[in-house]
Amino acid sequence: MSQQSLEHSQDRRPTRWHIAVFLAPALLVYTAVMILPLFGTLQLSLFRSIDNSQVFTGFDNFRTLFGDPRWSASFWNALGNNTWFFIIHMLVQNPIGVMLAALLSSPQLRFSAFYRTAIFIPTILSFVIVGFAWKLILSPLWGVAPNLLDLVGLKSLFVPWLGKEEYALTTLSLISVWQFVGIPMMLIYAAMLSIPEEVIEAAECDGVTGFSQFWKIKLPLILPSIGIISILTFVGNFNAFDLIYSAQGALAGPNYSTDILGTFLYRTFFGFQLQTGDPNMGATIASMMFFIILAGVCLYLFLIQTRLRRYQF
Amino acid sequence: MSKAATSLPRSIGAHAVLLTYTVIALFPVLVIVVNSFKSRNAIFRSPLSLPTSETFDLIGYQTVMAQGDFVQYFQNSLTVTVASLFFVLLFGAMAAFALSEYRFKGNTMMGLYLALGIMIPIRLGTVAILQLMVASGLVNTLTALILVYTAQGLPLAVFILSEFMKQVSDDLKNAGRIDGLSEYRIFFRLVLPLVRPAMATVAVFTMIPIWNDLWFPLILAPSEATKTVTLGAQVFIGQFVTNWNAVLAALSLAILPVLILYFFFSRQLIRGITSGAVK
Repeated sequence: MSQQSLEHSQDRRPTRWHIAVFLAPALLVYTAVMILPLFGTLQLSLFRSIDNSQVFTGFDNFRTLFGDPRWSASFWNALGNNTWFFIIHMLVQNPIGVMLAALLSSPQLRFSAFYRTAIFIPTILSFVIVGFAWKLILSPLWGVAPNLLDLVGLKSLFVPWLGKEEYALTTLSLISVWQFVGIPMMLIYAAMLSIPEEVIEAAECDGVTGFSQFWKIKLPLILPSIGIISILTFVGNFNAFDLIYSAQGALAGPNYSTDILGTFLYRTFFGFQLQTGDPNMGATIASMMFFIILAGVCLYLFLIQTRLRRYQF
Repeated sequence: MSKAATSLPRSIGAHAVLLTYTVIALFPVLVIVVNSFKSRNAIFRSPLSLPTSETFDLIGYQTVMAQGDFVQYFQNSLTVTVASLFFVLLFGAMAAFALSEYRFKGNTMMGLYLALGIMIPIRLGTVAILQLMVASGLVNTLTALILVYTAQGLPLAVFILSEFMKQVSDDLKNAGRIDGLSEYRIFFRLVLPLVRPAMATVAVFTMIPIWNDLWFPLILAPSEATKTVTLGAQVFIGQFVTNWNAVLAALSLAILPVLILYFFFSRQLIRGITSGAVK
């Protein structure tokens, strides 16, 4: 009976149109321009264009992507490069970010606002600027990099890093690290500021200071932020495109050694030089990227975040 | 006591590390900007020195102004960024208000649905977005870019703003209701002014990726009339690869507006990151 009266009272309540009015514009744009195209792309990957009409072909496109030696070689190359790109970010960007944040968050430090502002500058620049600026600096034509090495007596070490197959990808990853180190720095900095002072004081009373304080007290407490940064890095890296495109072009040279999923998608979708564009194969690659990113996000949400919760206040 | 003794070497060490990294972060930007004011010979002969009266030269900027249509590109970027920002803030705040203020069926689901876009990048839908824009005749218009960026910015805006709107006092809103204000007025007159700091944070977060994006201008609006600064600089530099003065000048022109904006908003941005975003 209570159920009935509840329903009754809900029926009587006037429809609250203002809720719909408040939600409608955001929902409309978001659904029409983001969600539907995402599913549209997934759907397109199941079709093939034959005689100007879309024919349903099931998983044929995926079979081509993995079965055809030409396609699968490019795909695995891009995926492998992308994974390396991600590994470098995790190994270099995040530790540097944590270190800078740990230094910045010490309360006695002077000029910390200046350092924060300055170190964050590369992050606000566009990939185009960053890509070209580093391309110029590392260029053997222009003497900046060799001159600098000469100052420390290491000129013999200079190699045109962006032009060599074996170094180009690592160099680009490091450039991207240079650009984005500000983000982990800021997020960890924020996390460190939010550690309650009592905890730090208690540690100091127990004689835990300096490095051991960092390792034993602060690091476990900022692990959730490191988790967030890892997943942000993962999503950002597996959907990167701009930096490689502006530094190395759509062909991701030399000899595709810097090709990542984003540039592979662009070339496939739009075509390049003799190859014509293919929306369906493009959609297939975009779908694979979608599944990779989804898998990473799910892994984070279900495995890592639930375990890290324990440490949060 | 021992603290004071150990803190001096430690703080010198900390400053040394931070200063080194600051130099690493700023050096490439400085090299580009400084060399853009030098003559071609000086750029190559002494790339690391400041321009002197002999080597000072604005030939690069003259080339850029004569060749590239940077004023037009700049206007396009500004239009796209400001319009997208306006829609993201307005629609995002409205949706955030609905989600945080009212309890209705599907509230949580709606929140999750809107939060999906924080993790899944809109780029993955590019193939279908292009088809959509072709079908609706919006290719090579700024409207296409504005729509895409609005959709891209909404999830994070709704997420952050609804966190802040939950903190607005209920008493205030109820007092407004008793005084006979409509729900719309409560939103626009009472709540919006109170979450202004959060709006500024969202604005900065939304603005940077839009201004810097290369992917969507390249795909949706590559025509001469609709190029943004980022795409314009990319194409221009591609054409003038061997003209170092022009390339350096174009890069500097692309860097400077962002830097100026950053100096105005950096406090807001940093406060935003360190307060609301991570909790």
